[in-house]
Amino acid sequence: MSDTSVKAATTEMPGAWQSLWRSLKRVLREPLGALGLVLVVFVIVSAVGADLFAPFEPNKIDIRAKLQPPSAEHLLGTDQLGRDIFSRVLIGGQIALKVSLVSIGLALVIGLTLGLIAGFGPRWLDNALMLLFDSVRSFPTVMFALAVVTLFGPSLTTVMIVVVITQIPIYGRMVRSQTLALRDAEFILAERALGAGFFRIIGMHILPNVVGPLLILASMDIPFVITIEAGLSFLGMGVRPPTPSWGTILNDGYSYIYNTPWPVIAGGIPVILTTLGFTFLGESLRDVFDPRLRKEI
Amino acid sequence: MWLYFLKRILLGILIVVVAVSLLYSMIHMVPGDPVKTILGPRASPELQAQIREKMGLNDPLPVQIVKFIGRVATGDLGEDVFKRKSVNTIVFEQLPHTIYLVLAGIGWAMLVGIPLGCLSAIYRNSMIDRFAGILSVSCIAIPTFVVALYSVLLFAVTLKWLPAIGAGDGGFGSYISHLILPAFAVGLGWVGYLARLVRASMLEVMSENHVRTARAFGLPEKTIVFKYVLRLAILPTITLIGMGIGILLSSAVFTEIVFARPGIGRLIYDAVTSRNYPVVMGSVLVTTILFVVSTTIADLINALVDPRVRTEG
Amino acid sequence: MDANNVLEIRGLNVEFASERGRLRALRDVDLTIPRGSIVGVVGESGCGKSTMINSIIGLLAHNATVSSGSISFQGEDLLQKSERELRDIRGQHISMIFQDPMTTLNPVLSIGTQMIDIQYRDQIPKAQKKARSIEMLSRVGIPDPESRLDNYPHQFSGGMRQRIAIAMALQAEPELLIADEPTTALDATLEVQIIHRLKDLQHSMGCSILFISHHLGVIAELCDFVIVMYGGEVVERGTVRDIFHRPSHPYTFKLLECDPARIAETTRSLPTIPGEIPNLAKLPPGCIFADRCERSIGLCREKIPPSTEFAEHHWARCHLAGEVSST
Repeated sequence: MSDTSVKAATTEMPGAWQSLWRSLKRVLREPLGALGLVLVVFVIVSAVGADLFAPFEPNKIDIRAKLQPPSAEHLLGTDQLGRDIFSRVLIGGQIALKVSLVSIGLALVIGLTLGLIAGFGPRWLDNALMLLFDSVRSFPTVMFALAVVTLFGPSLTTVMIVVVITQIPIYGRMVRSQTLALRDAEFILAERALGAGFFRIIGMHILPNVVGPLLILASMDIPFVITIEAGLSFLGMGVRPPTPSWGTILNDGYSYIYNTPWPVIAGGIPVILTTLGFTFLGESLRDVFDPRLRKEI
Repeated sequence: MWLYFLKRILLGILIVVVAVSLLYSMIHMVPGDPVKTILGPRASPELQAQIREKMGLNDPLPVQIVKFIGRVATGDLGEDVFKRKSVNTIVFEQLPHTIYLVLAGIGWAMLVGIPLGCLSAIYRNSMIDRFAGILSVSCIAIPTFVVALYSVLLFAVTLKWLPAIGAGDGGFGSYISHLILPAFAVGLGWVGYLARLVRASMLEVMSENHVRTARAFGLPEKTIVFKYVLRLAILPTITLIGMGIGILLSSAVFTEIVFARPGIGRLIYDAVTSRNYPVVMGSVLVTTILFVVSTTIADLINALVDPRVRTEG
Repeated sequence: MDANNVLEIRGLNVEFASERGRLRALRDVDLTIPRGSIVGVVGESGCGKSTMINSIIGLLAHNATVSSGSISFQGEDLLQKSERELRDIRGQHISMIFQDPMTTLNPVLSIGTQMIDIQYRDQIPKAQKKARSIEMLSRVGIPDPESRLDNYPHQFSGGMRQRIAIAMALQAEPELLIADEPTTALDATLEVQIIHRLKDLQHSMGCSILFISHHLGVIAELCDFVIVMYGGEVVERGTVRDIFHRPSHPYTFKLLECDPARIAETTRSLPTIPGEIPNLAKLPPGCIFADRCERSIGLCREKIPPSTEFAEHHWARCHLAGEVSST
């Protein structure tokens, strides 16, 4: 029994790549999916190469050139200190993506672990974890963020803590329900009867079944993280000035909105493009790979 | 059904208690003396001791939590040591502004989102459906505070149609005109959520057998959609609206800052920036309770509307 | 068309557009329902029973088209009717009872509401409609119908719900009642009760019934005429006597052989018909049943047998019809 399932898993690999490629093509065939992919690639490329593309040092102050409208020199104009907004938007994007990757990654790992513990552990531990998850979820995210900021003070780390703690229950719950569903499946019971170890069952059966949906959930969380980062930074509770962030650019611009609209427009557009891009892509991925997830909005 | 009600309410209380304990222990686990943070490093030891005694910080943490919860249960949120004002007064002065904002936001989102979802479901896979789908996703994806900023830019700064700052001069008309833009910003995302949920649940109901029965009896399509389908499809929407009100109560802070409106969000924001712990605790607690209450009420309404739950034991 | 017939289907062909290509779900289907009679339809799942019903009431799926044929109801071709006209016929002149009573009633509307709603065409006061529903409920054997009108479907048992469904269907005194496996989801005692009730009501109201079932015992008990369907075709039709005592199509023959109720000896394994249900996207050039038929001859695989009336009121789609005997 265990031998056949090992074989099945190993021989499936080329097929898995093939079906991955086929699914990608289906994502691309959807106009929204294609648009999302283009936007995401665009955002990632400009974030990765931000230092290369940025024409100015993002914190270089030039008071004489303050609050300028877009020109050939300053593609998106300048802010109240004469800093080049285009350069600041690029570096801000880099920071936003970094925050998303690190915090979602952490949340994934912790959520996965806790979910497995809840799924495999004793009943009381499962119940306790679920109550904890429910309590964290019942805390409105923004309230929670504000509470954390009060404690640790505004910083990038604070933003990441907020994201990690609020997202753990989402991943944890998913892993738990998958684990529970699989734990008593016949083929796993058979393996256990044959003496397969705990980690072997997790590695061979649980992980392959949860990784796909987890990654889709994670990709759909990126817009959420970007919103949180930009939002907290906008409130002055995230990234500290002078470090550029889309949120701080918007905040700076908002004070001068009656003088010039450019900083607000320039700070908002990357937020909109990024959240739309990741959302479109994530939705198409989900529809193609795992329509079951659709119900969970 | 009463058993279900009781269970649901107990669960709500339990969640609030756990959340409060978490919050309280977090605040007191931070390195550094909260009293010093409040009073500043140069406060006299006597004053520090006095404040510490007053805030009950000398007890062990679990005792503090129990005391705190006991106090909250009697409706006392504590005292703002800065302003020497009861936190209750401060919170309940600000709360109505936020509640009006949230109700206006969810209200217009319902008025637009639910019909949009119905249209999508009735004309599924048509141009209307595709357009509504893209619109919904976009509404959900774009952050509220960006919507708020852009709407200020467009309607207040450029077009000068509506006021952007404050809550008006006290008159009813002025209050309403100051409410329009914030409510728009707050509700936009929920247009998307509601439209998607209504569409999905209508399509699910439409594929059920009893709709085929209704068709086989020649009932007019209008009756089928509005009486036989919508009544079932609206059930999950009630839950979502309850959640929406809860979430909006807390995320109103962005909108309140952008539009410089008074409200609970702004109150928390100010308290956080000045590290005013009692006010932060009190107002966070009230919003969390309101969040749990609104989701619980939504579930209870759901049970009341759904005869399958209502008529059970 | 014969004025004595309520419904006449002639040469009905229905196709589905599917990913695997054109699916010929119904081919040259003929059916006659004489006024006041009960016609039974038997066949395995997937034989086209449901497609036939849906064609009659005009509720075919969107990807289905009627490529040829006619369905005359009271002398008028239903296939030529507009959606509006069909809607006026549904529930008023043709009613339906569906299979699963657990899901065929709206769960959030009281049965009173649902029974009064379907009388929306009648310009009479609501009290009168209510009275009619109460009377109908008591006729199908619901105790204390007046107070139960306010109950919701989940407050009734499966058998009760199916009685309600019958009450709803007969309330408008339709000329034709289509019952799609109405007793399949019920246990045996309930089945008998419902069948008897249905027969009584049919007697007193004088409507015709098209009764679909795969329970041969029920068909034999209830029906006057029987049609046997297989793979989208009517392979045999005739009086209930002829079908059960002189089956002439090898499929009918097999079907009767496999009926558990008719097997005298106790065996561990129930007899089955070997082979698979034909693929409707790739039809054989000859008889649809040839692959599974023990008596097939060369001709069967080359030419589609026509429906021949080899004895009075007894048709079969078999080259050997009339030669196959029941002995």
